[in-house]
Amino acid sequence: MMFSSNVKTNQRPRPLASRADLRKKAPGFSTIIANLLLVLLGLLFLFPFYWIVTGAFKVQNVAVAIPPQWFPTDPTLDNFRVLFKNPVWRWGFNSFFVAASEMIGVCLTASMAGYVLAKKFFPGRKFIFILFVSAMALPKQVILVPLFTMLADLNWIDTYKGLVLPAIGWPFGVFLMKQFAQTIPSELMEAAKMDGCSEVRLFGTIILPLLKPALGALAIFTFINAWNDYFSQLIITRSTPMMTLPLGLATLQGEYTTPYGVLMAGAALASLPMILIFLLFQKAFTQGITMGAVKG
Amino acid sequence: MDFTFFQKKQHIWRDWIASYLFLLPALAFFSVFVAYPMLKGIYISFFSYTLRDFDFIGLENYQTLFQDATFGKSMWNTLLIVLIAVPVVVIFSLFVAMMIYKKSEGLRSLFRGVFYLPAVSSVVSITVVWASIYHSNYGILNYITSLFGMEPISWLGDTRTALLSIIVVLITTSVGQPIILYVASLGNIPKSYIEAAQMDRANSWQIFKNILWPMLMPTNLYIIVITTINTFQVFAIIQLLTSGGPMYSTSTVMYGVYEQAFMLGNFGIASAMGVILALVIGVISFIQFKYLGSDVEY
Repeated sequence: MMFSSNVKTNQRPRPLASRADLRKKAPGFSTIIANLLLVLLGLLFLFPFYWIVTGAFKVQNVAVAIPPQWFPTDPTLDNFRVLFKNPVWRWGFNSFFVAASEMIGVCLTASMAGYVLAKKFFPGRKFIFILFVSAMALPKQVILVPLFTMLADLNWIDTYKGLVLPAIGWPFGVFLMKQFAQTIPSELMEAAKMDGCSEVRLFGTIILPLLKPALGALAIFTFINAWNDYFSQLIITRSTPMMTLPLGLATLQGEYTTPYGVLMAGAALASLPMILIFLLFQKAFTQGITMGAVKG
Repeated sequence: MDFTFFQKKQHIWRDWIASYLFLLPALAFFSVFVAYPMLKGIYISFFSYTLRDFDFIGLENYQTLFQDATFGKSMWNTLLIVLIAVPVVVIFSLFVAMMIYKKSEGLRSLFRGVFYLPAVSSVVSITVVWASIYHSNYGILNYITSLFGMEPISWLGDTRTALLSIIVVLITTSVGQPIILYVASLGNIPKSYIEAAQMDRANSWQIFKNILWPMLMPTNLYIIVITTINTFQVFAIIQLLTSGGPMYSTSTVMYGVYEQAFMLGNFGIASAMGVILALVIGVISFIQFKYLGSDVEY
């Protein structure tokens, strides 16, 4: 199997050797070099974001100056003023609305399906699971042409339905929830059944609360994926008011070939919400990535 | 006795029906928006399907593609991107993960975050800033190379450098997830193994080669397969930075699908391209499994 089933990351016991033990040895020359290299690489990765943020406040002749101006000398808000002549709020709303709807849809359908695939025994269970897993390995973009013609037939192009609903069929969610649901002790379910608990109540009051950590991870994961799903959004939207924030920003790229400040202001606006969400929920997000992929 | 038997049977039936009902929403979305389009994509690939007509033409789309020089070029570019980007991503991620997995939780999450930022922030933002870095007149890259006395280069406009410039951007957006996975797997390797090796005076390289690397095999496989699949599908970076140019030097199969279907309206050809791409990815993933997965236990 490609994906192992243990979901035990972040739960390993603390190592017995204390940090003081490790510190006894003075850092060797190679460690210092490695740390320096690491910091340097980190700064290189951070640089584009520094460039976006400072660029957003640069006036045009500072932005294109040679040698480059590492600090914005005459900071200005003009770039944002020009940027907000576009329907930026609408684009931002679209992005949030689409991402949030996808998130809710995926979490709901995936938790229900994942739970029964992990805990119930019924004919076809294995087949259905294999169906989901094998679809995960197939390139999603291959289905976009037929999906597009289908959405066109349904008149769903350039609508929220077209943007949100297809993305809820994401098989990864089901896989993730199934892996996690397997760790729930079956005794809990049996006890509840004995007490005459209905399936729906069992799921709502016992299973869902237990799935919370996995749901949190899946929610963040879905949200960020939806925010960054550039290709699907590109082909499904047509009109300017239906565009998502990244798409709107991409149209500016064609419109303003020179005012880099405006583009940088837009880039800052399109990436900052996700960076904030990621920083706030890094733990849940890291769990989402490692869950199911790493053997415990 | 009989009564309880029936009760039990009925109970099982109700359990089955409940299970199917719980599965229904996910399965419905999956069937309508994933499974059905996938089958329909294969079906469409046998048709001349444009805005005007819809005629069955058998394998003609495939024949056309195999004789088409630009498709060959796109396929070659795609393979080149995969062949360069995947090993670099794997080695770079492992390298960074090795350096940070023993650090404190705070430092670990700091570095994970730093290397994940390009993946988490919108790809459009990333390409905007890279477009400015690569700019031939006032890009930072040409400024830095000019300090070393080099002539300015049109990084994205020159057939010799465009693909490589794309690959660099792709790599920076791809290393985040592998780093997180490697850090997690390295952290899961029991300390006692490493301590035992240290007792036997194994050096760092020996520890890496004989303990860490073999223990990382399942993660390696996962990362290689996932990175390969994602790299095959790189799209936004290309569309936004070069639109496949200059002279098709950065055109990929994925970009070709987009161009044929959504700019030219040739859905049949685009679907055939998609099918070929899926087959290539399938075969390569299969080989990776066979070759790398042979001594992995699951």
